[in-house]
Amino acid sequence: MSAIATPPADTPVTIAPRAPLTKKVLTADHPTWCPGCGDFAVLASFYKVLEKLNYPQEKIVTFAGIGCSSRFPYFVNTHGGHYIHGRSLPFAAGISLGRDDLHVFVFGGDGDGFSIGGNHLVHTARKNPRMTYVIMDNSVYGLTKKQTSPTSPLGFKSKTDPWGAFDQPINPMRTLINSGATFVARSHATQVNHMVEMMLRAANHDGFSVVEILSECVEFFEGAFDSSVPRKGGAFQTIELKKHDGSPEDAARHDPTDELAAFQLALEPWPGRFGVYYENKTRPTKNALEQKLIANTREKTKHASDLELLSKTFARMR
Amino acid sequence: MVSPTTPPAAGASPRPADNLSTIPDVVIRLAGNSQDGIQAVGGFLARLAGRSDQEVMTYMTIPSTISGGPSIFQVRMGSGEILSAGDRADVLVAFYQHSYESHRASLRPGGVLLYDTDHVTPDPDDKTVTAVGIPMTSATVEAVGGSSKEKGKNIYVLGLLTRMFDLDVPKLTQLIRERFGGKNEDIVRNALLAFDAGYAYPAEHLSHCLYRLEKTAAAPGARPQVTTDGNTALTYGLLAAGVRHGAGYPITPWSSIMETLRTELPKYGGLFVQCEDEIAAISTALGFSYSGHLAITGSSGPGLSLKMEALGWATMAEMPLIVVNVQRGGPSTGMPTNIEQSDLMQAIYGSHGDAPRVVLAPKNVEDCFYIAIEAARIARQFSTPVIILTDQALATRIEAFDEPDLPKLMVDAKPDLSPRDHTFKPYPLDQLQRHAPPGSVIGTGKYPTVTGLEHDELGHPTASPALHMKMTAKRREKIKAVASALSPAELFGDEAGDVLLIGWGCTYGPIREAVGRLRGAGVTVGHLQLRHIHPLDHGLEEVFARYKKILVVEINDEGLYGYGQLATLLRGRFANPAIGSITKTDGLTYKVSEIFERVAAHLQLGDTSYGMRKQSLLATAHR
Repeated sequence: MSAIATPPADTPVTIAPRAPLTKKVLTADHPTWCPGCGDFAVLASFYKVLEKLNYPQEKIVTFAGIGCSSRFPYFVNTHGGHYIHGRSLPFAAGISLGRDDLHVFVFGGDGDGFSIGGNHLVHTARKNPRMTYVIMDNSVYGLTKKQTSPTSPLGFKSKTDPWGAFDQPINPMRTLINSGATFVARSHATQVNHMVEMMLRAANHDGFSVVEILSECVEFFEGAFDSSVPRKGGAFQTIELKKHDGSPEDAARHDPTDELAAFQLALEPWPGRFGVYYENKTRPTKNALEQKLIANTREKTKHASDLELLSKTFARMR
Repeated sequence: MVSPTTPPAAGASPRPADNLSTIPDVVIRLAGNSQDGIQAVGGFLARLAGRSDQEVMTYMTIPSTISGGPSIFQVRMGSGEILSAGDRADVLVAFYQHSYESHRASLRPGGVLLYDTDHVTPDPDDKTVTAVGIPMTSATVEAVGGSSKEKGKNIYVLGLLTRMFDLDVPKLTQLIRERFGGKNEDIVRNALLAFDAGYAYPAEHLSHCLYRLEKTAAAPGARPQVTTDGNTALTYGLLAAGVRHGAGYPITPWSSIMETLRTELPKYGGLFVQCEDEIAAISTALGFSYSGHLAITGSSGPGLSLKMEALGWATMAEMPLIVVNVQRGGPSTGMPTNIEQSDLMQAIYGSHGDAPRVVLAPKNVEDCFYIAIEAARIARQFSTPVIILTDQALATRIEAFDEPDLPKLMVDAKPDLSPRDHTFKPYPLDQLQRHAPPGSVIGTGKYPTVTGLEHDELGHPTASPALHMKMTAKRREKIKAVASALSPAELFGDEAGDVLLIGWGCTYGPIREAVGRLRGAGVTVGHLQLRHIHPLDHGLEEVFARYKKILVVEINDEGLYGYGQLATLLRGRFANPAIGSITKTDGLTYKVSEIFERVAAHLQLGDTSYGMRKQSLLATAHR
């Protein structure tokens, strides 16, 4: 018999129960958005998402760049940050790669994501760090009071294009799929349940997940998304996902792992469809690849201590 | 055939033992093309000096062309304190005609020109130097044979120099084995064949230029010497400081730091991210710092400019960060492989708004190691960005120094995720607050948003004029307080007198040597090398008051108003009209004689009154 006492097998492990996350706990500053702004609904949906996920509160990070929507972190009671214009993705990649135990959510607008931060969007997608990015797209610069944005449609009359915009707008879905984002979805600020579903799926995706949410700016681009709002006479057309049940109707459903099919969906005319466009569950995250590199390297160095490693290096310089 | 047991010098004719001059140090300049491996020869000599407890300093130029182009490596080795790579060479090795033509002027009168007769025809009327023609290329081909062609002529020259200066053959062959050992055994063998052939070059052709370096013995109990360049020293300083995360984008001459970090950090459980651009790099580094790991980013001049907006955020959000700037010639792409100290104002005042931050400058290769540790300490203690201003000269030159006492220096830094109590405020007005990374439970139940907007103590955005005034003052006072936590620069030379020389960065060695010469000429002179540029050390006024003249020596332009960047700053800070400026913009480090002459001109000394000696002590030692 070993001299080391082993605890009786039936000893209950007691962990102080945590109160579940509630909207009350998650609510921070009162939003500064204009009355009627679509972003309120996104915020409300995000509270619901966090309630459902019920992560430890201190392990959630809500991060943003600059813009109306980027005020988001002040309104969510989690660790968070309000960074500079367009650069929140590389910052958030640092958080995610530095601390695998955290749940990183980034919020921003179309200017932040597709214009000043366009380069970062492409490269973050390419690197696939584990985090969720929600783009609240209102197709106009709102904080600076009505200039043309990268998603403003042709002909949109703004203070910088009083005669109507003529630069080709970005197609967010096409751009995201093309950049290599491993989860790409689209939703609408008038559809709370749909937003919750998309953000939940995005949060549970192992990799860089992006949800674009059309979120109307009632002040500077009223009615921008009416064509996809049923009560304004539009149609909210969702993407039905393949069930792989062999049924004849299943053939017409979308397979989100099919990149080409996702592209075809992305090329549908405005207002397009809403749901999961693309999902790649096989590409490893940068988090995993870097951890693997560390593990292999540590194996090679036989898990030498920091002091041993550095002493060896200096011995080689003698 | 050479085997490890055969003394490599077996075939050499005996060295004439009696007519050797013993010299304290020697400056050897190797001039060729970048693919000739002259850096390797310089590296061997530098490491030999380090292993022989001799002082060493090197200097090299690298062409900014993609591949090839003229390149030099200069090594000065010897006993005593070697502070600069030498103004003029005692020995010039010219591989090509262009090498000869470009560098003949760098050879002192009475020096030795070794030229490759296969490529160089020297000026037959040049009688001021000893010219020795050696068929380096064909002798190497003959020695090595096979298909390797002239590859190895650098090692042939190493053998030749070993013989000329009676260098330690076993130590050098050991270095050759270490350097090439991992590769094909043929490569080691060929290298040793080339080395032997150079060493065996008939002594009678060299009889008038054989020397012996004064031997130095390590002081009892001295630490072993290590030999490396500034970028490497800085990188390992960061590792000693417990920095385990970083991000960067390639730019010369910063890149070697990021390359080493990328390969070294995984061994330590850390990681370095190569980003899509400079802005992403500083952002990712800030993300690491925010997550609880003090991170490093870096760049060279233009890259630092790109990082400026994010740097402003780091000041506002009070986020710790280390930013390395390996300065090069500017503005714009400028002279990417040359030295300049023209980023001082950018480092202190770049970015928008009132954004005070800490700026440090290492004075030599060894100091690159220690300043990294100091930077990390300050960044953590004061939760602030810290810029390390190093430069191309420090980055690439090799020096020998005492191996650091690692067990005493190593920092083990883990993120502080301890719960913060109910009094926690992210931005208190009246005290230092260290950032609370995500994962820490906040006792108040109110989780902080770190922010670039002006904010109150809890991080809420505010446009209150009173709060902006208070917070601006708080950020300023925080950086001012850093100075009290620093040891001021050490004063060298005369504690009062005619002139105080002030430098920063790579000018340390040449200024220190110039001080010696000036004092030898009867001038009372002191020297301060400022390592803390922002905030400045306490007590400088007092020191300044003891000298008639204060001259700031730096490698940048005198600007519109006649003063270099540090001189401008010091004049603004101390309003002292005795502060003058010595600047230059040729993209090269200072020669000792340049400083000597410029100081003499400032002091209006005639050549005769102080008997200015234009030739180095070395020149007279050799005669």
